[in-house]
Amino acid sequence: MGCSAGGLTALQEVLAQVDARLTQPVIVCCHTGSSDVSLLCELLARHSRLPVEEASERAPVRGGVVHVAPSGYHLLIEPTLRFALSVDAKVAYSRPSIDVLFESVTDAYRGRIVAVLMTGANADGAEGLAYVRAHGGYAVVQDPTTAEAAAMPQAGLDIAGADACVPLNAIAGTLNQLCL
Amino acid sequence: MDIEDIEIELFVRAMQLRHGYDFSGYAPASLKRRVLQLVRTQDVSDISELNRRVLHEEGFLSKVIEGLSVPVSEMFRDPQVFRALRDKVFPVLASYPQINIWQAGCAHGQEIYSLAILLEEAGLYERSQIYATDFNDAALALAQEGIYATRDARDWSRNYQEAGGQRSLSDYYSARYDFIKLDHRLRRNVTFANHNLVTDDVFCEAHLILCRNVLIYFSNPLQDRTLGLFRDSLVRGGFLCLGTRENIDFAPSAVDFTNVDGALRIYQLGGRQTR
Ligand SMILES: C[S@@+](CC[C@H](N)C(=O)[O-])C[C@H]1O[C@@H](n2cnc3c(N)ncnc32)[C@H](O)[C@@H]1O
Repeated sequence: MGCSAGGLTALQEVLAQVDARLTQPVIVCCHTGSSDVSLLCELLARHSRLPVEEASERAPVRGGVVHVAPSGYHLLIEPTLRFALSVDAKVAYSRPSIDVLFESVTDAYRGRIVAVLMTGANADGAEGLAYVRAHGGYAVVQDPTTAEAAAMPQAGLDIAGADACVPLNAIAGTLNQLCL
Repeated sequence: MDIEDIEIELFVRAMQLRHGYDFSGYAPASLKRRVLQLVRTQDVSDISELNRRVLHEEGFLSKVIEGLSVPVSEMFRDPQVFRALRDKVFPVLASYPQINIWQAGCAHGQEIYSLAILLEEAGLYERSQIYATDFNDAALALAQEGIYATRDARDWSRNYQEAGGQRSLSDYYSARYDFIKLDHRLRRNVTFANHNLVTDDVFCEAHLILCRNVLIYFSNPLQDRTLGLFRDSLVRGGFLCLGTRENIDFAPSAVDFTNVDGALRIYQLGGRQTR
């Protein structure tokens, strides 16, 4: 899941409604500007029905857990389904970049993924979403009219299109349906 | 197997057989991004075309190394780390008559100058010898110049203050148009050298090794091997500082190190407490 401006409340709402029986891993990239995502993790954990953790380098991706990208690093998944970090240049003016995450998750899971692009004030994630769709993944985009900042989901729709474009309060339901 | 993945394996083989550079131990996900980035910047049609040039074109190697190296850095990145080096590590270093510091993967040198400034302010610079190494010659050349964009300097000034700097960062550089130039006196005890962590051996006997955000590009066996290289380079009780999000829990060689500040990834060779 990728988001930026307005992402905290959007994530809180979605994670509050995601089914606690989910066995798939959830991976979140949210631009925060702060140098530490532990506060973000804490604020999400208060609402989430799944445990929330900062993604740790080299650690395995675990099902039923929400993993949050650390700030200042790109988050990638290795073919071994373990996390990797990089401090390569920003992509789409962002690090962590949603494009980088979407592309590497698509590779690691060979397209068997659902990518969710939500509220945000820039275009990060749109290219990644196109990659997801080109490789057989499923793209959910928040209906821009329900987004605190419409630019990010709108760019997603313009560049990649979507398999489902739904209002914020329907995103969790869509995920539950796809994943359970 | 995906065709692109096959092409990347052939790229790694070509670099190894043709030029002696071994990228087989690099973490695949970010290596793939960098190779594809090279395809874009070198304006070739695909990785196979890149491979042809790797094999046949004299002088292309340096471009490939520059492309795979991505020397992104900052001055005083993670200021708390530099503060902890000053508060917890420098007092121990001060007990040595001569202090050897090895910075491996120095990129464009931002951390070298950061360290030099803190050593100056702690009164330790005169007896310090800093070895700054990287496997990217172009990056090393820029590191020696110490010229950076003015727009970065503001963030770096704030980092410097947060790191416990005692003066103003601008005392250490001269500003001209869009550039700042670090005081060349900061590198009077710095030796720059090409060193490849994958293939080269122990570089010096060090009291402190700084190698931040380099091992994140290595897969587990290479990370472990490199930690072994650092162990063999350090004096007993010597210090190792890695990037703040690096994880050495899966590396057998990590047992040789104990935490000085685990959260900031500052370790000591030997020592009493366990990690
Ligand atoms: C991301 S930079 C880290 C810069 C700095 N230490 C920091 O954290 O800000 C990584 C550096 O490691 C260097 N590097 C990568 N592989 C290397 C190797 N095998 N041997 C030596 N240096 C290497 C790259 O050339 C690059 O300059």
